[in-house]
Amino acid sequence: MILYLLRRALYAIPIALAVGFVCFMLVQIAPGDPINAIVPPDAPGDVVEQVRRDYGLDKPLPVQFGLWLFKVVQGDLGRSLATGRSVWSDLSTAIGNTLMLAVCASLVGFIMGCTLGGLAGTFRGTWLDRAATGIAVAGVSVPHYWLGMVMVVIFSVQLNWLPAMGAGPGGSSDWAWDWEHFQFLVLPTITLSVIPTGIVTRTVRGIVAEIMNQEFVVALRGKGLTRMQIFLHVVKNAAPNALAVIGLQLGYLMGGSILVETVFSWPGTGLLLNSAIFQRDLPVLQGTILVLAMFFVALNLIVDLIQAALDPRIKRA
Amino acid sequence: MSTAAEAELAIQAKAGAGRSQGYWAGVFKRVRRDPVTLICAGLLLIMFLAIVCAPLLAPHDPYQGSMIRRLRGLQTPGYPLGTDELGRDMVTRLLYGGRLSWFMGIVPVVLAFGIGTTLGVTAGYMGGKVNMLIMRTTDVFYAFPSVLLAVAISGALGAGIVNAILALTLVFIPQIIRVAETVTQGVRNLDFVDAARSSGASGFTIVRVHVLGNVLGPIFVYATNLISVCMILASGLSFLGLGTKPPEPEWGLMLNTLRTAIYVQPWVAVLPGACIFVTSICFNLLSDGLRQAMDVKG
Repeated sequence: MILYLLRRALYAIPIALAVGFVCFMLVQIAPGDPINAIVPPDAPGDVVEQVRRDYGLDKPLPVQFGLWLFKVVQGDLGRSLATGRSVWSDLSTAIGNTLMLAVCASLVGFIMGCTLGGLAGTFRGTWLDRAATGIAVAGVSVPHYWLGMVMVVIFSVQLNWLPAMGAGPGGSSDWAWDWEHFQFLVLPTITLSVIPTGIVTRTVRGIVAEIMNQEFVVALRGKGLTRMQIFLHVVKNAAPNALAVIGLQLGYLMGGSILVETVFSWPGTGLLLNSAIFQRDLPVLQGTILVLAMFFVALNLIVDLIQAALDPRIKRA
Repeated sequence: MSTAAEAELAIQAKAGAGRSQGYWAGVFKRVRRDPVTLICAGLLLIMFLAIVCAPLLAPHDPYQGSMIRRLRGLQTPGYPLGTDELGRDMVTRLLYGGRLSWFMGIVPVVLAFGIGTTLGVTAGYMGGKVNMLIMRTTDVFYAFPSVLLAVAISGALGAGIVNAILALTLVFIPQIIRVAETVTQGVRNLDFVDAARSSGASGFTIVRVHVLGNVLGPIFVYATNLISVCMILASGLSFLGLGTKPPEPEWGLMLNTLRTAIYVQPWVAVLPGACIFVTSICFNLLSDGLRQAMDVKG
């Protein structure tokens, strides 16, 4: 067991390094000299050369990668071109906001998906199953940025129930757990939760249907257990996989919330990325993507470890 | 008891009397009996014909706007679906917009299908170090959520259709490689491949004659499912301003430019998204139908 955990953790290191390399290459594939990502375009020539030497940009690529990595490991993601502040200072608040949104959406998606998928898997072939499957397909095929707009049209424009954008009254970004702030979270959360709802429904339906067909369920039924007692057995068997799916979904939502954040002007990493792209603020772009991808790598690792801990059937060979 | 056995025999005799059915005949027969798949295929066909014939069908010029008739509502005489923020006819824009949206939804998947299948089958058939190299590289791209990877690549490369297609292709290649590698490994050790090998066929011949025929089906089904995802992602990139540039009509970009109009003409503003949704869900259901008809697992 310990050996498996260690091996899995060790395997994450080369992946993390490679992810770092891809993020490093992002600036390299950007059109133009990477020096333009550091100095303003109107800087005099000798300053450019000085900066080039200071940043090690005159050295070969592998050496540059090493230098960059050395800084990143120490938590230095560089400075924003647009604001001059360190990338990390903007990023840390943005990540908090995105994480809140993604966690809420994952929770909603998990609860909805387990309910719908559980019902569909238990009552296979009935209208309930068809309805749940239909919702699942719609959930994975809907362009969620469009769904967000439709929600704004219905709940903000027509009904005037909920605010259309922002993360707090008067455009403030200080969060507090009261209705004043919470109402801003409702529409983005629902919009973002349709994808995990669809995916979890599909997965849970499949798992439950498979378990219900297994012999041990027949045996339990033969023993005279009630529906409720059988249900508990099914949950115990389905939980590790369902948790793994939603764990990964949390990571996908963290990375994929850029569209929804743009629709609702939610002050998270997505909005940060969006403005970085339009200002060609490559250090911010690179730093944000690196942190989000590392989060995903870590989440993958944690999900695998939890799954192994919960499910004794997973091979530890 | 005996009647059941007789009935069984009768069925067998009947089946034997007719010409034995090929695999594809069976697939078509199953598709024909599946109303959902048929409806989706029909809708997609109609949409495809409509966007191909856009110059014939469109009542107005897609680029010609007018400041006087900006943001008209639904059912305006002459403009059944209203006009956009620059006074251009929505019917025309939606018809023309479908061209780029479909193009950007399908081309990356086709490219990724070609490249991914080549690499995946190579990895699955060769095994060993080649497999290690290809599959571990794939793992790296799997470490990025797909939306993030697409945004990162096209964000770094800059806005534009070509860059967006490049980014999306790179997002889908690893996914297809994984599927191709898995199915190829399943086929590689079957008896008929061993037989071909022992009869002296070269690796290339074995792959071409024996492996590809058995793996292309499942990979193809998986790829049709990706079209749905790709369409949403491609329009999403345009929605962020990373794909198509104005004034080119494209559903995602139209959704973006109309976003400011949701307080004036909310139902006109959400129309392009509805088009993306219908296309995407049709491709998704079509893919599910094909998967069932072709009896592909996974």
